[in-house]
Amino acid sequence: MKKSVLLGTLTIAGLVAAAGSAQTLDEVQARGSLNCGVTTGLVGFAAPNASGEWEGFDVGVCRAVAAAVFGDPSAVNFVPTTGQTRFTALASGEIDMLARNTTWTFSRDVDLRFEFTGINYYDGQGFMVPRELGVSSAMELDGATVCIQTGTTTELNLADFFASNNMSYEPVPIETNAEAQQQYLAGACDVYTTDASGLAATRATFEDPSAHVVLPEIISKEPLGPLVRHGDHEWGDIVRWTLNALIAAEELGITSANVSELAAGTENPEINRLLGSEGELGGMLGLSSDWAVNVISVGGNYGELFEANIGEATPIGLARGLNAQWTDGGLLYSPPFR
Amino acid sequence: MTEPPAESFRLSQLIYDTRYRSLTIQVVAFILIMAGLVWLANNTVQNLQALGKDFNFGFLGSRAGYDINQRLVEYTNDSTHARAALVGILNTLLVAFVGCIIATVVGVIAGVLRLSNNWIVARLMAVYVEGFRNIPTLLWILIVFAIMTEATPQPRDFRGEDAEASMILFDTVAITNRGVYTPAPVWGDGALTLVAVFLASLVGIWAFRRYARKRQEQTGDILPVFWISLGLFFIPSIIFYFILGRPVTLEYPELTGFNFSGGTHLRSSFIALTLALALYTGAFIAENVRSGILAVSRGQTEAAFALGLRPNRTMNLVILPQALRVIIPPLISQYLNLTKNSSLAIAVGYMDVRSTLGGITINQTGRELEGMLLLGLFYLVTSLIISAVMNVYNASIKLKER
Repeated sequence: MKKSVLLGTLTIAGLVAAAGSAQTLDEVQARGSLNCGVTTGLVGFAAPNASGEWEGFDVGVCRAVAAAVFGDPSAVNFVPTTGQTRFTALASGEIDMLARNTTWTFSRDVDLRFEFTGINYYDGQGFMVPRELGVSSAMELDGATVCIQTGTTTELNLADFFASNNMSYEPVPIETNAEAQQQYLAGACDVYTTDASGLAATRATFEDPSAHVVLPEIISKEPLGPLVRHGDHEWGDIVRWTLNALIAAEELGITSANVSELAAGTENPEINRLLGSEGELGGMLGLSSDWAVNVISVGGNYGELFEANIGEATPIGLARGLNAQWTDGGLLYSPPFR
Repeated sequence: MTEPPAESFRLSQLIYDTRYRSLTIQVVAFILIMAGLVWLANNTVQNLQALGKDFNFGFLGSRAGYDINQRLVEYTNDSTHARAALVGILNTLLVAFVGCIIATVVGVIAGVLRLSNNWIVARLMAVYVEGFRNIPTLLWILIVFAIMTEATPQPRDFRGEDAEASMILFDTVAITNRGVYTPAPVWGDGALTLVAVFLASLVGIWAFRRYARKRQEQTGDILPVFWISLGLFFIPSIIFYFILGRPVTLEYPELTGFNFSGGTHLRSSFIALTLALALYTGAFIAENVRSGILAVSRGQTEAAFALGLRPNRTMNLVILPQALRVIIPPLISQYLNLTKNSSLAIAVGYMDVRSTLGGITINQTGRELEGMLLLGLFYLVTSLIISAVMNVYNASIKLKER
């Protein structure tokens, strides 16, 4: 009897897991935690720290969504995914959202049936070479052996770049960033190519970062952002507006330090609407009215997350560049909270 | 006089009557299995609909857009996904073919040596067999690959007057952490004639062996088959090589730019995968060979000796033919294992069919179901072909009852 009950439950669980694609929010709330897909380890973006807790810029987005849904940034199961497994994991429902420096492209959005909920990092593909090779431009890479993560847009850009410049190369396909790093340092490839932010993050973990140069050419546009399954718009809205809340908070000067004070009510109606002291924006999303307060108190606004994980004060040392607010000459521009 | 009452059919007979019971069970099982299949198919269709995906193989005709390093046929990033799959299939077959040959050679030698009377040799082989059999294949692949990439010099170490590394075998072979570069043959004018001569000498060897066997059966004379075969193998080809004015030359690898160019490039990933799979499977084959030899009773050897046969003839004519009957069936499954284990190739970045069709293509097109079905079909067909061929061989050596 017990066994048949168990089997029955498993069957039903299988059916639910297989059929459920519309009510991600209900599922997440029933489960009590968010399943968030991240990389297998890219320092600064998503990597476990010395005590085994995931941290990084992409992890910050996962925690912000968990905070918006539960008010608890620790209610996240991080699921490490490789370039090859990430889309299957998301499409099959193994993860609720993917925050894994994934490039927003037409075919991924339309043909692979995903929905990108915004851009959290404007990136481009670059090349890293050992300084002793004496290479100063990507145009000098004819005949080089190039390490590349398979199943990524960089793989396609690389093929296009070398073909359009009439150069040849030998691709060495690699599954994860850690393997690529090991191959590159062993000299099994002359060049490592991936998003420029990933190159900076990888180089920061080298014993001697100054022995490697990132070449000046950026050969592609790589808008990186979190994504969810196509078709569940309520869930997509939550992820989208969580990201927008982080960006808007920086623009409006809301930080993790002053968010609780501002939540009591301010002169600025947009801050009031965002933080829930005026209007019912949280309710419209199906969340509590203080959702944005929870989001911002986790790791602060977009700028704070950036500076803490990948900014100039960290070993990775990325400048804001395109990722500055539109008011500072960057591309970050959140639609209004109204 | 009364007739026995005519028994009418009752439903309970379906269960309690042994005449009907097995039929009932088969029908029920059949219905359950069909229901399961229908549920699976239905579930798939529904979920594909829920995801808004269709089921078609049109993606195979679209441009692949990615590059593959090891190509046995023409391929560029402008080729189609089907072409990329073909490149992967050939790469898989190459690893399987070379791996099976090395595994058989290693396995037979290790299996025989493990039975050696020499204590050290037998123990060394025991260490090899137990070591490789009891550690997962994936670990061996990674270990061999790590040795290949970490312990060998980079191409640029070969540069300069007092280079840190140098090529071996009279400057013809370079072992680097990107693979081994060996000289490659260049086929010039008349090379085709040379190949024809070589093939003709192979036919000659076969014909001579047939003749020798026939003659031995008729007259009892034994011809020096090995030496004549060896001579036929080399001498005509070498004579024609010089008569035709050396139509085949060698192209040596040379260090240019970032890498060696020219010659044949055996990539580290290929060597690591083939070697690890061959050594791993070889350990299992060694055990099959040992069990096969042990299965032939000691009396057979003694009887052969009593007839005056020398030890090597005893092995070739008495022991091995009987041992093969025991060895071949498990050997088939070892070949299948090796072929299927080659799908671990992605661990070292070898572009087999799992990495091209089942990896990058699926990832770029989002056709998981179609890709995985094709992949499964490919491995199924390959395995069935291998076992069919081996079964034919098995039938030819098995005990023939006269």
